[in-house]
Amino acid sequence: MDFRPSVFFEALTSPAFIAGVELTIALTVISMAAGLVLGLVLALMRGSSVAAVRGVAWGYIWIFRAIPTLVQLLFVWDALPQLIPTFRGEWFSPFLAAAIALSMNEAAYASEIFRGGLLSIDEGQRLAARALGMSPRKVFGKVILPQLIRVTIPPLSNDFITMLKITSLASVISLQELLARTQSLIASTFRFVEYYSAAAIYYLVLVSIFMVIQAQFERRFVWSSQAPAGRLSRVRQLAALR
Amino acid sequence: MSDPPTHGHLLDESVFGEPVAAAQAAPAGFLLEALDLHKRYGHSEVLRGVSFGVNRGDVKAVLGPSGSGKSTMLRCLALLEPVDQGEVRLEGRRIGVRESRGRLVPLSEAALARERSDIGMVFQRFNLFPHLTALGNVMMGLTEVRGRSQAQAREIARNMLARVGLAERETFYPSELSGGQQQRVAIARALVMNPKAMLFDEPTSALDPELVGGILSIMEELAREGMTMVVVTHEVGFAKRVADRVIMMDGGLIIEDAPPAEFFEHPKQERTRKFLEAVH
Repeated sequence: MDFRPSVFFEALTSPAFIAGVELTIALTVISMAAGLVLGLVLALMRGSSVAAVRGVAWGYIWIFRAIPTLVQLLFVWDALPQLIPTFRGEWFSPFLAAAIALSMNEAAYASEIFRGGLLSIDEGQRLAARALGMSPRKVFGKVILPQLIRVTIPPLSNDFITMLKITSLASVISLQELLARTQSLIASTFRFVEYYSAAAIYYLVLVSIFMVIQAQFERRFVWSSQAPAGRLSRVRQLAALR
Repeated sequence: MSDPPTHGHLLDESVFGEPVAAAQAAPAGFLLEALDLHKRYGHSEVLRGVSFGVNRGDVKAVLGPSGSGKSTMLRCLALLEPVDQGEVRLEGRRIGVRESRGRLVPLSEAALARERSDIGMVFQRFNLFPHLTALGNVMMGLTEVRGRSQAQAREIARNMLARVGLAERETFYPSELSGGQQQRVAIARALVMNPKAMLFDEPTSALDPELVGGILSIMEELAREGMTMVVVTHEVGFAKRVADRVIMMDGGLIIEDAPPAEFFEHPKQERTRKFLEAVH
């Protein structure tokens, strides 16, 4: 067996690797955030009373779910500048191209999750809020949205993890994220096992950290007076007992 | 476990911090009035010309088989559903519409919201907000519609929850309350808005039999204190005891409208007689 622990540990701690991890995290968070906002807009558009608005949202979801993410990424990076001269500028970086492609892709999936979540909320909720005299904006923000967040945390967390991993596709458009860094280090050393293992460890750690964050977040949406308290408030409770 | 009965008046100036709207002197005529309401969903005509009025402080009980249009009528009165034809009047003023270039057009959803807050509504399935505590549910309309501060809203809501017998339950979430307790919260949520009238859509139909009495006694107390109410119900006893007039609906029309003694002892319509035999 040819595995050199020293090379493996050197890879884990190399500055180039860590820079790649940082880029991966940044791209994931930005693409996910933009994707969620656009996805929510699309989901609301699908519930519109105007047929044309529903149609546009439907068409968007149809196109962006059908075309492979890698093709979308290459299209934005290579084809878009050819199509629209504005995108030929220096400012159009691989990071920006990847963020645009990945967030537009995510929006299509997130919108379906939001749509399902909206359908799961009892119509009586909207009715009761309207009967109180709440404006449409408040009905959504104070009554619908909190319930929507709760039901969509698990499926959207799935999307987040997927996003973290498909940022590696951006290596094909020369973005120096985690996988691209790994491959360039391999090109100069030919130590496949150690470097791919190190990259895998980083993805594993990132997903694990996210799972902890997700669990904390879900706990905030347990609607019970006996809710298992978060660690901080448990400390407070103990302090109060003294 | 039974909850304590109500404590003190439900309609109390000192709770609202303003005069009780339901007890204000008003122009003569009906407080709440429906004039020739028509409502159609696709091919089915659910309301086919419904007219009636409720005097200030009166209780109108609405009976009728399912599908007769009772709930739809209530939703039209609450401005939750636009009518295809007809008028809803509150204190003699037509609501839900505005004048634009000499024509009457439906109000925008935001403007409708303001008018809705004058009429309280209680639903069959309570429709409490599951993400808020009992207190949070009752505070919602005060902070988000009436513009009260959190502190003011909390005080009013606490007071009202105590008066419907739920002082001990304010930190509980709807899922932790019995059906009867949830309906009390829902009534408190509507009452803190200081409404001019209250609409009840089968408020006891989703309750276990032993919890029905508690809700009915709160409604009776409200009636005693002078709240104008329209109550869709299957509780014949309540209608006999509390209502000033009873309406029978069938096929989207009001087929009988009479004081309870007359309604129950000598119904004019064969349809009403059959219905009363069936529910007894």
